[in-house]
Amino acid sequence: MSELDSLYREVILDHYKNPRGHGVIDGADAEAEGQNPLCGDEVSIAVSFEGDTIADVKFQGRGCAISQAATSMLMDMVRGRSAEEVASMSRDELLDEVGIPLTPVRLKCALLGLGVLKLALHKGRGTPLPEEWAGLEELELS
Amino acid sequence: MAVQAQPRLDAEKLRADFPIFEHPIHGKPLAYLDSAASAQKPRQVLDAMTSFYETSYANIHRGVYDLAERSTEAYEAARETVRAFVNAGSAREIVFARNVTAAINAVAYGWGLDNLGPGDLVLATELEHHSNFVPWQYIAGRTGAEFGVVPVDSEGELQFDELDALAERGRPKVLACTAVSNSLGTITALPRLVDWAHDQGAIAVVDAAQAAPHTTVDVQAIGAEFVAFTGHKVCGPTGIGALWGRSELLEAMSPFELGGHMIRKVTVEKTTWNEIPHKFEAGTAPIAEAVGLAAALDYVGEVGFPAIERHEHELTEYALGRLAEIPGLRLYGPPADRRVGIVSFNLEDIHPHDVAQIVDAEGVAVRAGHHCNQPLMAKLGVNATTRASFYLYTLPEEIDRLVDGLHRARKLFS
Repeated sequence: MSELDSLYREVILDHYKNPRGHGVIDGADAEAEGQNPLCGDEVSIAVSFEGDTIADVKFQGRGCAISQAATSMLMDMVRGRSAEEVASMSRDELLDEVGIPLTPVRLKCALLGLGVLKLALHKGRGTPLPEEWAGLEELELS
Repeated sequence: MAVQAQPRLDAEKLRADFPIFEHPIHGKPLAYLDSAASAQKPRQVLDAMTSFYETSYANIHRGVYDLAERSTEAYEAARETVRAFVNAGSAREIVFARNVTAAINAVAYGWGLDNLGPGDLVLATELEHHSNFVPWQYIAGRTGAEFGVVPVDSEGELQFDELDALAERGRPKVLACTAVSNSLGTITALPRLVDWAHDQGAIAVVDAAQAAPHTTVDVQAIGAEFVAFTGHKVCGPTGIGALWGRSELLEAMSPFELGGHMIRKVTVEKTTWNEIPHKFEAGTAPIAEAVGLAAALDYVGEVGFPAIERHEHELTEYALGRLAEIPGLRLYGPPADRRVGIVSFNLEDIHPHDVAQIVDAEGVAVRAGHHCNQPLMAKLGVNATTRASFYLYTLPEEIDRLVDGLHRARKLFS
């Protein structure tokens, strides 16, 4: 009981049911998408910049509560920050915000959005990609 | 089928043979509803493998000492057990393969590279597990043959009316078809598919991975050219299954994996192949796994398919009824009389991963995902389902616990 309650805590379900930054950006500067082939989670992210600052960021997707809630939280975390800063953002920064215990399989769900966002920043501003994703047109966490 | 006349099995009693059920999950008894992914192992299988390692193990073939002779004998006796299990005419037609994926790759490469080319048509049903789909799609591409699918409708039913129109796209050479859908549990109309393939001059390659645990697989009755099944779904160990092929086809077919044991003579200039089935068993074989597989087939055979079919049919009817009571639950696939003990569903718009995680907290193990069936999922209009599957050790109360867990998931996500 307690294990489940901590995984599906109120804030996760709230972000899942009422995602922040959900939608598309007309004339976005950069877009990327990714899948988690294990469970079929899909996330696409659009970014618009003012200079090097992330002026707006929005996502669309379908998938489990963890993947969609974590991406929703991520949108709130990165708006107004520089592309470079977000490109080097650690996964722990997001995982601290998500704040739930995750098994290795669910970890991939939680980190899908961050990977897709970094890919969009790479496409839009040439920021470095984590080594394991270099050369990918689409992100696949497997 | 006169189900009521069939013998009954005692699942409670059989469970005592499976050590896994002695270990609670999250403090609750394990309700293992994922046997379509892999079945649990009875002590008889584990003991057979341990005893073999402890008393009779050595590498097989070519050894002249007593232990090697006994080990070889055990391995070849396992082949005979598999032959009898699938009613093959000869043990020469039984090739041990790592799993169905490996078996189909052996056929797709070994037969396909030599026999397919531009103008030929390779067909797979849309119900195929990726194991009998991806190798054919790939080898068709490699050889310049056309690749097509026998479609299903949005309910997952194969569209036989489309077959003749499909045949106009090329010379049909291969029909890859499953005996039972791994996602929906559908028992396919194999005789109709195989007959059609033969009318077209095509070979039929049957995936019996989901049929072999639940019902008699008689390769002579099926009448196809190749039939593959895997051991771990029939209570056997992982890493071993079997490919049955017609001897004349196996004899003419090129080997896929090359190296140890599969040769007759090697010189610097040329290598000739061993006789069948050894031509297709390169490298040191999974010897103890073969012994374990034979023990598993003996175990399942002793329970008997009439009793297994009846048990699963009752469970499936019960599950379909109980699941249909849940508001917002969408079931996929045919009625109970046309399926084995596999049910796939979605609960409202809750992602199957979340559903599976929530019921896991109750000790209920179900699978969530695309089940290596992405073309079928696309046709059903979903990217994943939750799947519960049953076997000879499944109890009705485990289905009740699943249903309780699903109510909990609804409440959590409401």
